[in-house]
Order: sequence, then C-alpha cells, then structure tokens
Amino acid sequence: MINTAVSIKNVKKTYGEVEALHNINVDVSEGELFGFIGPDGAGKTSLFRILVTLLLPTEGAASIFDMDVVKDFKKLRRILGYMPGRFSLYQDLTVEENLNFFATTFGTTIKENYYLIESIYKQIEPFKKRRAGALSGGMKQKLALSCALIHKPRLLVLDEPTTGVDAVSRSEFWDMLGNLKKMGITVVVSTPYMDEAGLCDRVALIQKGRLLSVDTPQNIMNGYDEDLWAVRSKNIYKLIEDLRQLEEVSSAFPFGEYVHVSTPPDRINQKMIENLLEKKGHDTVEVKKIGATIEDCFMKLMKN
Amino acid sequence: MKRFFGFVTKEFYHIFRDVRTILILFGMPIAQILIFGYVITNEIKDVNIAVLDHSKDEVTREITDKLLSSGYFILNKKLETNDQIQEEFEKGDIREVIIFGDNFARKLQKEKAADVQIITDASDANTANLVRNYTQAIINDYVKEKNATILQPARLVPEIRMLFNPELKGTYMYVPGTMAMILMLISAMMTSITIAREKEMGTMEVLLVSPLRPAQIILGKVAPYVMLSFANAVSIIVLGYFVFGVPVQGSLVLLLAESLLFITLALSLGILISTVSTGQQMAMFISMFALMLPTILLSGFIFPIENMPEILQWLTLIMPPRWFITIIKNIMVKGTGLLFVWKETLILVGITLVFIVLSVRNFKIRLE
Repeated sequence: MINTAVSIKNVKKTYGEVEALHNINVDVSEGELFGFIGPDGAGKTSLFRILVTLLLPTEGAASIFDMDVVKDFKKLRRILGYMPGRFSLYQDLTVEENLNFFATTFGTTIKENYYLIESIYKQIEPFKKRRAGALSGGMKQKLALSCALIHKPRLLVLDEPTTGVDAVSRSEFWDMLGNLKKMGITVVVSTPYMDEAGLCDRVALIQKGRLLSVDTPQNIMNGYDEDLWAVRSKNIYKLIEDLRQLEEVSSAFPFGEYVHVSTPPDRINQKMIENLLEKKGHDTVEVKKIGATIEDCFMKLMKN
Repeated sequence: MKRFFGFVTKEFYHIFRDVRTILILFGMPIAQILIFGYVITNEIKDVNIAVLDHSKDEVTREITDKLLSSGYFILNKKLETNDQIQEEFEKGDIREVIIFGDNFARKLQKEKAADVQIITDASDANTANLVRNYTQAIINDYVKEKNATILQPARLVPEIRMLFNPELKGTYMYVPGTMAMILMLISAMMTSITIAREKEMGTMEVLLVSPLRPAQIILGKVAPYVMLSFANAVSIIVLGYFVFGVPVQGSLVLLLAESLLFITLALSLGILISTVSTGQQMAMFISMFALMLPTILLSGFIFPIENMPEILQWLTLIMPPRWFITIIKNIMVKGTGLLFVWKETLILVGITLVFIVLSVRNFKIRLE
C-alpha cells in the first residue's frame, strides 16, 4: 500500500481582503513526483509556504507524513527539504561553504550524504571555490538543490526551481528530479512552464487560488473533449480574429507560430476550416489536427 | 554545539568579506574616538589676537610676551589706531584685541593702576569667554609676580582644586562618552542589519525551515559581534590611555566586565530592532535615530543632564548610555569600585533583560 506523503484538506489562505488560496484539497503519495502547474500569482508559493511550516493556513489543515504543519512544525523542519522561489543562499559564501553550512545546520556532513547529491554537485564542483553570487542561474539552482538535499529529506519542496533558467539547464534539472524520485524521495515542485507538466507523475493545475484539475498529465490531456487544430497563415493576428468569429470555433489561442483552435467533436474537418479561412482572404493556410497539450487543457479549464 | 559553531563561522565569513562591514566595525570606532578626542575640546590653542599698544614700554612688552609665550595665543597683527579694531574684527582673522592705555608703566608705578582693555569677538560666545578668561588669568599672574615682593593689604584668595581631572582635560569626558556611543551604535546597528539582511535576501526563509531554534539563530548571529565589539571596547580604552592620557584608575577587570554588559545590552537592542524591521535600510534608520541621537544628546555625554528641561531629564533615565557613561567615568577617572556603581549596573542588567525578553517574544518562527 502506498502511503500518503502530503495531505492538504480544505486549505484556505487570505491576506487581508485578498484570497490567495481557495479551498485546496490534494493528496500526494509517498515517492511521487508531483507538480503544481500554474501562472504567476496562482497561489503556488503561498501553498508551498504553508506546507513547509512557514505560513499558517487561514482555514483547513495540511499534514506531511501524518504530521500537522502547524502543530508539529518542529518535527517537520527536520525532514523537509525546501528550496524557495527566490535564490536564497549566501551570495558571499563560496559554493562549498554554502553546502557545508547547510549540512552542519542539519547535523550532518557533506560526506555522509554525498551519494544523494553526487550527480548534481559534480557539475558545480569545479567551481566550489567560487562565491555563490557569481554563479550562473542554472548553477545557482543546482547548488540550491544540493543544499536542500544534503540532509536527506523525506519530502523535497521546490518552488519554481526552473524559472529563469536556460532550456538546457531546465531539462538537466528535471532529470535530477527523476533520479531523486528513484531514490525514494517524494518531490513536490511548482512551475509556470506547462511543457514541464509531462515530466511529473501527477500534476495539479492551479489558477487564482483554485485547483482546476488533479491527475496524471496523460489523463488530463486525454480528457480534452473537443477537436483541436493547429492553424497557420501569413497574418496571425487577423487569423485569430477571424477564427474567433466562426460559430464552429469554441476557442482560438496563439501557440508558438500556430494558432490552436478548439472545435466541438466531429463538427468540422480540416478541409472545411481551410475553405472558411480562404473565403476570409487568407492565403497559404495550413491546418492540421493535433492532440491536446497541458497548456490547451489549462486554457480550456480556465475558461470554464 | 557543532551547529552553533557552523553558524558562527558563517557569520565571520559575512563580516570579513564585506568591506563596508569591516570599515564600520573597525574604522569607525577609531576614527570617532580620534575625532572626538581632538576636535571637541574646551581648551584653546593658537588663538589669533591683535595688540594695540599705546605706550609701547617695558611693561606692556613683557605682558605681551607672556601672553604669546603661553602657547594659547598667536600675534596676528600689531595695531596702531583705534579705528583698526573694528576693521580687523570684521575681517574675522582675529578673536581678540588687547589694548594697553598710554603711559602704562608710569601709571602703574605712580597710581598703582593702569588700563588694559580686552575686546573679544563674541559671535562665538564660548570661545570668546574662554579667550577672555585665559587672557585675564595671564595678566593677573603677571601682576601678582611683579608685586610679590611688595607687601599687599589682606586679601581673600580662594584656593581652587579640581578633583579627579586637575587639568580639566576634555578627553576625560569624551573618551567614556564616545565609548558608549560607539559600542551602542556598532553592536546594535550591526546585529540589527545582519539579521535584517537574512530576511531581505530570503535566507531567513531557509533558516526557519531547518532544525535551528530561534535562540540558536540569534546566538549564532550575536556571538561574533560580542567578540568584535569587545575588541573595540579594548581598543578604545587603549587609545584613550596612550593617545589622550585618560587613565584607568579603577579595576580594569570591572571596566571590561561593565563594557561586556553594555555590549550585551546593545546587542539585544539590535535584535529587538531587527524583529520589527523588514529590511536592512529600515534597521539602519531605526538604529541611527533610536540610538545615535539619544546617545549624544540625552546621555549627559555632551550636554549636562542637570541643565535639561525636567521632561528630558526624566527621559534620560531610560537611556542606557547615561548609566554606562556614569559607570565608566567612575571606574576610569575616579577609580571607584563596584560598590559605587552597583545601582547603575543593576539598571543596565534590568534593561538588558527587558530587551532580551521582548526580542525573543517578537522573533517570528514563521513568515508574516
């Protein structure tokens, strides 16, 4: 039987008049790589701070390994690994000194848990005498992850670890999270990048303090109940305007160099869209049927 | 314990890697003690004067020489006519004009009286007063010397003795005062800034989500500053002794112990400030306004407490530097022991405890 690592029950958080979290209910199983996906201001950071005992929920309760985040905060602080959204290491200390400090703080040594961070730390080890403030964005995040891991936490909470990091470092970072999962560490991570959702076991889509959906990325994508088309023409701006006017179209959003067009199932086919657009004066129209991505699902859920 | 040392080590890295911190910690105390010691002084030296001598005889020349050889005065100009006096004062080069009446020596011999006029530039009242007093004293001295052989009618001459500081050296006052100010400022400001910095940089977030207890965080933050402030206190005492000749009449151990007590007080005040401020800027401003001005103005350091309006006198009662200055003046200058300063010491202990309790209660184990 799989144990529950994180249990969030009816959690609400308000800052004065502003409601940051509205009745959040999620369970995360032990050993899971769980992602909270949502844009900036969705409430991810507030939720994470409640989980790591830094904030009190206004209502509701959350527990980690059956320890309450409010009452048992002292016990929890021993088994949590937390990496805040902002780079929060000592910039005037070197890479090695930072790691050493956090190891000592948790009553351990770099040597003892080196195997945990080895694959990550090896990449920054050549720069271990460099001050943390002088590292590149990707290296900073690797160091921060090493520091959050050095005491072998049971639960790792990472708040937007890949924000502001280049594409290569981002994918490396996710590889590392995959490795940690294999070692049995439960990882809860948040990200505003929809394309990273597929790398999680399960995701929760979050928007304006509400959960839109909680499931595996595949199930969420399969749950898209309309036809989806990628459409392109020379004048993208006019294309979106025209598509939104068509009564068959339920939504049209720019998506890279294409426009993703959603239509009710089996209502329309490729040829019909092309004809409709050519009538509106578009040339070199390209239309293909595609499967939904997480972002499409997010847009659709957000609209409802 | 290992955690604590790890924390202290980290704190020392912060201190020694930040040039500004180093400058404030070590440059400022030395600069201030030297500045206060040399600049703020009630003694006069090399004051520019002019002499208008109408008789130009032996006696007036002797008096002039005596004045100039005292080291207090420099002859800027010899005047010839009364009209020049106003002109010279308006130019502002001189502070004083001494005018000898005509036939000075002869009058002195015949009539036992002669005219000397002292005119000072009172746009700076304090200096004018000092200059006048010095001049008068030197002239009186001359007259006394001359008349020593002549039998004088009975006169009442008060015999004055200045206890503890016979030469009335200003540094006796300023060294203890500056010491209080520096320890207060450095200890309180630096701790409040360093804790506020953790908040500002977001590292406090990580520290909180760690097994470190608030007391461990605070102690780890404060311990290095206790050592450094103590080193500062010692260097101030040494500077005072060797550069300004301020003695330590009483027990050195007691003096250092009282300094340590005051440092602890200032540090706990610093922690308290950091718990109410959100960033380094705010911590710095609170420290500056809450500490520097009261220390200078309300501690009796520069302005005597007895001369203050009653409300302000009451206010000085809660100013820790006031008590500390009293204590160290007693120990350093008067050479008294704990028996004479136990009341002040107890007050300091009390204030420290209040600050510690308040800051522990105010320290937040979570984010706002």
